[in-house]
Amino acid sequence: MSERVAVRKTYKLFIGGKFPRSESGRSYIVQDANVALSSRKDARDAVVAARAAVKGWAGATAYNRGQILYRVAEMLEGRREQFVALGVPADEVDAAIDRWVWYAGWSDKLAQVYGGANPVAGPYFNLSAPEPTGVVAVVAPEAPALLGLVSVIAPAIVTGNTVVVAASPAQPLAAVTLAEVLATSDLPGGVVNILTGRLSETVPTLAGHMDVNAIDLTGVADAELAADLEVKAAQNLKRVLRPAPVDHDWFADPGIARMTTLLETKTVWHPKGV
Amino acid sequence: MFEYAPAPESRSVVDIKPSYGLFIDGKFVDPTDGGSFKSINPASEEVLAEVAEAGGQDVDRAVRAARTAYDKVWGPMPGRDRAKYLYRIARIIQERSRELAVLESLDNGKPIKESRDVDVPLVGAHFFYYAGWADKLEHAGFGANPRPLGVAAQVIPWNFPLLMLAWKIAPALAAGNTVVLKPAETTPLTALLFAEICQQADLPAGVVNIVTGAGDTGRALVEHPGVDKVAFTGSTEVGRAIARSVAGTRKKLTLELGGKAANIVFDDAPIDQAVEGIVNGIFFNQGHVCCAGSRLLIQENVADRVLESLKRRMAQLRVGDPLDKNTDIGAINSAAQLARIKELSDAGSAEGAERWSPPCELPDRGFWFAPTIFTGVTQAHRIAREEIFGPVLSVLTFRTPAEAVEKANNTPYGLSAGIWTDKGSRILWTADRLRAGVVWANTFNKFDPTSPFGGYKESGYGREGGRHGLEGYLNV
Repeated sequence: MSERVAVRKTYKLFIGGKFPRSESGRSYIVQDANVALSSRKDARDAVVAARAAVKGWAGATAYNRGQILYRVAEMLEGRREQFVALGVPADEVDAAIDRWVWYAGWSDKLAQVYGGANPVAGPYFNLSAPEPTGVVAVVAPEAPALLGLVSVIAPAIVTGNTVVVAASPAQPLAAVTLAEVLATSDLPGGVVNILTGRLSETVPTLAGHMDVNAIDLTGVADAELAADLEVKAAQNLKRVLRPAPVDHDWFADPGIARMTTLLETKTVWHPKGV
Repeated sequence: MFEYAPAPESRSVVDIKPSYGLFIDGKFVDPTDGGSFKSINPASEEVLAEVAEAGGQDVDRAVRAARTAYDKVWGPMPGRDRAKYLYRIARIIQERSRELAVLESLDNGKPIKESRDVDVPLVGAHFFYYAGWADKLEHAGFGANPRPLGVAAQVIPWNFPLLMLAWKIAPALAAGNTVVLKPAETTPLTALLFAEICQQADLPAGVVNIVTGAGDTGRALVEHPGVDKVAFTGSTEVGRAIARSVAGTRKKLTLELGGKAANIVFDDAPIDQAVEGIVNGIFFNQGHVCCAGSRLLIQENVADRVLESLKRRMAQLRVGDPLDKNTDIGAINSAAQLARIKELSDAGSAEGAERWSPPCELPDRGFWFAPTIFTGVTQAHRIAREEIFGPVLSVLTFRTPAEAVEKANNTPYGLSAGIWTDKGSRILWTADRLRAGVVWANTFNKFDPTSPFGGYKESGYGREGGRHGLEGYLNV
């Protein structure tokens, strides 16, 4: 008997719930695989998909979003070994699974913690509630490949935003594999879109895109590039999460600032009377 | 309209000095590398005072004074004691409220009944509210040990000079920061009176610094490497420039920028109340309000009735002397602003909208603009897209609630919105869909220190007021 010939995986992009190749037809070799090399057009297509998904995802109940994030944790747990095989340390996979669970629980609590009634000096009902800002562009950190990625995606989407993620150019396989987890978790297509390839091609397009509401620069290691992207983001006053410090501890309690930076607070007034 | 006898508020309560220096490190000082400029009364064009213009070195001096005060005094001070200083300031504002109101109306041109009944009471309330947070920050929901940022650079506009100062300084100080504030060049006087109030309260030197000047002064302040926080209220254009200038730094930024709010009137709305709300929405403070209800969206089947009633009401508005207690609409703040309002209004006529103003006699001197509405406005018209920042209302119509929401959100701005209907479920449905930071239902232009204010989209980011207002001044 001859040894079985393995069926290899093609690592593609994740846009609108589908796995297309780059429209440019290009790829690059990294982690011993051919990985799609996204173009500016792919980035724009991903924004279109993310925008189309906003209405349904932001309009879903917080309970429903929480259920789906928890489902992501379940699916990730089931594919644990795949990530270990990609070289992700086992304790990091565990932490990534736990992080999905942690954020899942926030879906129907953040509005209570971060919003509330305001006791105005007059006969008015006055309530502040957080709402998602819309489409968020995210630059994932290079390391830790999986936990870092999960730690930037989950806080953005749990509140109802949709994201376009530029995966780490050096560590894209965890990102594409995570896309396979997301695709099987009842997450509506377009809520998370993942681009692989060079940051210099996709991220400036995202930073300057007028239909992107916020940008998370966490994974931008080059300070000059980060400043340039922030300048581009100012064109339509995107909300900006600046790069994480190099010594950031991804295993520590994340706090709520990642979520709140990507939220808007809406305050509604109404008179009281008969 | 009834003839009213003039009822001017006395200006003798205010003692305006011929000239003012910069308020740095607890003292009024002359500028070292700056010049001076004049602040005028926009209702008469009379010069009120000569005011120092801070140059780069002056700004640097102010930032260093703020840093020293932060390191040595205000940072280490227990929250309980910071609170007491803020309570003192709140009380002095209340005690000197008449003086502040008259000075505000003189320098800004707003009617005394607004400065007296809205601006100044809210200023006192704002300091009172944030005073109470100073020793309770660990309960504010930003973690167990929230830390201040350091030195805050704050640049404010001319439409609510003292109120914007309060919105900036009160939360900054409560959170433990020190500040350098630049008031607008057309309305510096109440900020300088506030500096005297800080002296009267024995606020430690350097905790509050006021540098007067125009755009260059503001730029020097915002770009100063020694500031940890930048807070700006003003135009979206300048906000964009500031966002670019802090790129690549660790300065925390909050921006409260322009707006083009939709005020939506459904066919079941109580028309008389809605008309009062429309008038308040666009003519309050001469329409110099970033959250003004400048786009009126009326359901088509009641449009004629609403407009007829609105025009009748507009004919009752009294335009004139800001210090007259019966005045509804005061002076436009500056010649430059008047020119912008005229330019956009002319564009409205040129693009085909129909212009209407009530018969209205305007004073000969000063800057004035009659309350104006445009009907037949389309979404493509400049007067439906650009912020006019004056007493000019653009009227559009809609047929279905979905169309109202679509039109309301069809703007790069997202600061505020209004909804008029008797149906509760429709209010909540509409409010959910409006992309705006403040939604007033069956009311408009209401403000409170406990209620967060700020915009979506290109109206800026961050919130001022309420518990949310602390976040921009804490390291969270």
